[in-house]
Amino acid sequence: MRAVIVDDSRAMRRIVGRILGDAGYEISEAGDGLEALAVLEGLESPPELACVDWNMPVMDGLTFITEVRKRPEWRSITLMMVTTESEQDRIVRALAAGAHEYLIKPFTGEAMLEKLDLLGLLPTSTGV
Amino acid sequence: MTIGTQAFAFVRELVRAESAIVLETGKEYLVESRLVPLARAAGHPDVDAYVADLSKRRTPAALKQVVEALTTNETSWFRDSDPFTALRQSVFPALAKTRSNRTIRIWAGACSSGQEPYSIVMTALDTPELAGWRVEVVATDLSDEMLDRARKGEYSQLEVNRGLPATTMVRHFERSGLSWRINQSIRDRVEFRHLNLTRPLPPMGRFDVVFLRNVLIYFDLPTKRDVLKRVRQVMAPDGHLFLGAAEMTMGVDDAWERVPAGRSSVYRIREEQRTCVP
Repeated sequence: MRAVIVDDSRAMRRIVGRILGDAGYEISEAGDGLEALAVLEGLESPPELACVDWNMPVMDGLTFITEVRKRPEWRSITLMMVTTESEQDRIVRALAAGAHEYLIKPFTGEAMLEKLDLLGLLPTSTGV
Repeated sequence: MTIGTQAFAFVRELVRAESAIVLETGKEYLVESRLVPLARAAGHPDVDAYVADLSKRRTPAALKQVVEALTTNETSWFRDSDPFTALRQSVFPALAKTRSNRTIRIWAGACSSGQEPYSIVMTALDTPELAGWRVEVVATDLSDEMLDRARKGEYSQLEVNRGLPATTMVRHFERSGLSWRINQSIRDRVEFRHLNLTRPLPPMGRFDVVFLRNVLIYFDLPTKRDVLKRVRQVMAPDGHLFLGAAEMTMGVDDAWERVPAGRSSVYRIREEQRTCVP
């Protein structure tokens, strides 16, 4: 399984990268939405998962998700918003834009794995 | 049964060194309750004996297990997901065919802070076969403090992150300051009651489904046997019992049989035992 982590914080990319890496994912990273679109275009086939921060410079996570959902060839990518934005209407907006899941920062590794389990994206599955 | 001072001090130092989490004095109950399953699995009569042995041997794998048992904290929504999938896909549809009064009663036997009974209600609401049915959940726990929390139905950000699908969260919860509160319509379907599983049960009516997950592990064999027998007395003869993944009735109370239900399994009273139920 492969995942793209889109976050402008290097520390956060490392944390998420470690959780997903331990779960058996191959990781690509991007520091904003625009860079992430370029990363996706550079990959031979789309990754299974993208973890996307909301607030980033250049292109934010909501715009990135909207852009990804416009492209039929990327329809198979599961999009999970991972953000400090915790207002109910924000979550609704992200889901309406095409996010499949929403994880609020701060979170534990277990919480992230449980979300992946819900999405059927836990390679080393069961027993979280 | 409370953990001894020496054992507590050992565990506290271990957890502090490995996870930076400090177990304050007063957390003895937490340490005890989290370590009982490990002690039993390792064949020790109580937590003190287990910790004494642990501090002598210092097996890295065992030490890690203890740290994990004390640092993985909150209960999840739809914990282990499989039982809830089984409820929605097989148990509820089967009951919908046989209950002419269009009512299903469920008992959640160790509800802790309420995630399990509320997850059951949300699952029932997502089951098309139960549209328009009356679903009653009785949720019990030994701790009054937990029951108060559960009744309030208010959860922190960290707690709603745990296993709750985002679509479910926006549908069934409302922001309340920094926390999230489960909607009144769901809270109203759960009746919370104090109950000690090791004592004879008060009148509770009859249940179609019983959730008793990760509870039996805390009891010794005779108590497990008593508890399972009492469950039979309040369960409909064709009812369904959910236990934790690591628990089973085999060798404890053979009136039960294990039946596959989706990726999970459920326990049912054996046909020939059903008539014996008073």
